[in-house]
Amino acid sequence: MARTLTPKRKVAFTVLAWVLGLLIFFPILWTVLTSFKTEGEAIANPPSFLFFDWTLENYTEVQERSNYLRHVINSVVISFGSTAIGLLIAVPAAWAMAFSPTKRTKGILMWMLSTKMLPAVGVMMPIYLIFRDLGLLDTLLGLTIVMTMVNLPIMVWMLYTYFKEIPGDILEAARMDGAQLGQEILYVLAPMAVPGIASTCLLNIILAWNEAFWTLNLTAADAAPLTAFIASYSSPEGLFWAKLSAASTMAIAPILILGWFSQRQLVRGLTFGAVK
Amino acid sequence: MGNIRLSNVSKTFGTQEVIRDLNLNIEDGEFVVFVGPSGCGKSTLLRLIAGLEDVSDGRIEINGADVTDLAPARRGLSMVFQSYALYPHMSVRSNIAFPLRMAGLDKAAIDRKVAEAARVLNLTDYLTRKPRQLSGGQRQRVAIGRAIVREPTAFLFDEPLSNLDAALRVNMRLEISELHQQLGTTMIYVTHDQIEAMTMADKIVVLNKGVVEQVGSPMELYRTPANLFVAGFIGSPRMNFINGNEAAKVGASVIGVRPEHMTMSPDDGRWCGEVGVAEHLGSDTFLHVKVDGIGQITARAPGEIDLRHGEKIFLSPEPGKMHLFGQNGEIVSASGAVS
Repeated sequence: MARTLTPKRKVAFTVLAWVLGLLIFFPILWTVLTSFKTEGEAIANPPSFLFFDWTLENYTEVQERSNYLRHVINSVVISFGSTAIGLLIAVPAAWAMAFSPTKRTKGILMWMLSTKMLPAVGVMMPIYLIFRDLGLLDTLLGLTIVMTMVNLPIMVWMLYTYFKEIPGDILEAARMDGAQLGQEILYVLAPMAVPGIASTCLLNIILAWNEAFWTLNLTAADAAPLTAFIASYSSPEGLFWAKLSAASTMAIAPILILGWFSQRQLVRGLTFGAVK
Repeated sequence: MGNIRLSNVSKTFGTQEVIRDLNLNIEDGEFVVFVGPSGCGKSTLLRLIAGLEDVSDGRIEINGADVTDLAPARRGLSMVFQSYALYPHMSVRSNIAFPLRMAGLDKAAIDRKVAEAARVLNLTDYLTRKPRQLSGGQRQRVAIGRAIVREPTAFLFDEPLSNLDAALRVNMRLEISELHQQLGTTMIYVTHDQIEAMTMADKIVVLNKGVVEQVGSPMELYRTPANLFVAGFIGSPRMNFINGNEAAKVGASVIGVRPEHMTMSPDDGRWCGEVGVAEHLGSDTFLHVKVDGIGQITARAPGEIDLRHGEKIFLSPEPGKMHLFGQNGEIVSASGAVS
């Protein structure tokens, strides 16, 4: 028997989905709302939801106190830079493993993934010391390198699954049809591989943008990206909820907008290969 | 012209020998079918001819020219793959036009040839569609279209029908045969299905474990199989093999009789047995008869025969239709010589 959804169940599931969706979205909404409150209203108990004096003073103050634009630039450099370098390594690596696998390909892939199972704090000390000795602490170059290394396994895995889906027959057909290597890549491979590369890039940019462990531990002022910018508002002077929220809102806005416009691509990328 | 000659061709993957010292000559315009069980090396042989695999040893010539070390594209062959291997991001039109574009033809010539191929293959209405919007049969036709526009010296088909359902397979079989009549181009066709081989081929090459067991026309293979392997592989239902005393009586190691060459009688015959399963197909009846001291024998009778499980029946080979095989499995006496 095929599974059918009775109208009653359909309504129930719809409600459940909305509730779950709102639950996940609520912290973001609350952050944005709080950013428009005064510090007093931000800690008021009971909190007011929508009916308070809307103010932009947090934004102006945050802007005065720190250089938002510089943090944005740092974030862009780190996330886009690490993605670009990662692609240069991951595309050939995944390519080789997908199209000319050897006996050890699976093992290498598992080993790469296993590096993600190690808690980052486990390698904190050696990396910190190496960076100190090389003069990479609090530099964009250093952080870009760390981000590349941290996300490389995921990039290779994602690209590998993508490339695996490109049937070898099609490449051979192109060869039979008279395509030279360059034409084979340009007309046949690239169009089929580009969606996979694009979603890998997107995911990697988002992961690098949001990464907080390494960015907080390896930067001070010069190379601090937006995550460090947010953290600077949970300062020793005490918590300023409204300003912290304003900083958070400003920090997540760019990536949220990017995510919003690319959500179709992103979902396709994450579920690719799940269903044949 | 599409003459292909293989001389002493071998192929090994690592330590495994897939094709062993193979010699074969394919004449211009012939429809040649490579047939054999899976793993016999038939697809590898096709890929060697295509240039998708390199030979380990030996020589491949097309129209007298040595192409052994030539890239696939420069051999002038077209291939149709089992998976169709269409370019998923291109329309049907672009798929068919692709080899012409690669050959650098001008747009007018490409359009003309694509239109002609589409007409021949009944694809004119689908030219703007993407492969995923087509049925299996249509996809296969696009793959064939892509192969014919190049006007190759020979077509290579790698089990092109095995992804289609039974009814469609019969249709496509006819279409490919028809196409061969129209074009008159050499075609090499790989299949594990002996019915496809029998119905389509001018010449069948039976392969087993990388070695050619026999080459011949379908009827030659049917009438005079060279050995036990070919005798068992060609023909459906399979040939009956009888060994032991019965075989020794006629001085052979194994006797082979096809099910359709068994005569049945209720009261007289060479072997007496009991009907096991009777398969009624309407046009034919297949009887699986248990014979004491011999084992199971399959007999085929035209039309409907009303015999039930457990009934007694006598079977005799038709005179002149018995095949005698020696100790090594090779034929010692062709059918007709012994009665």
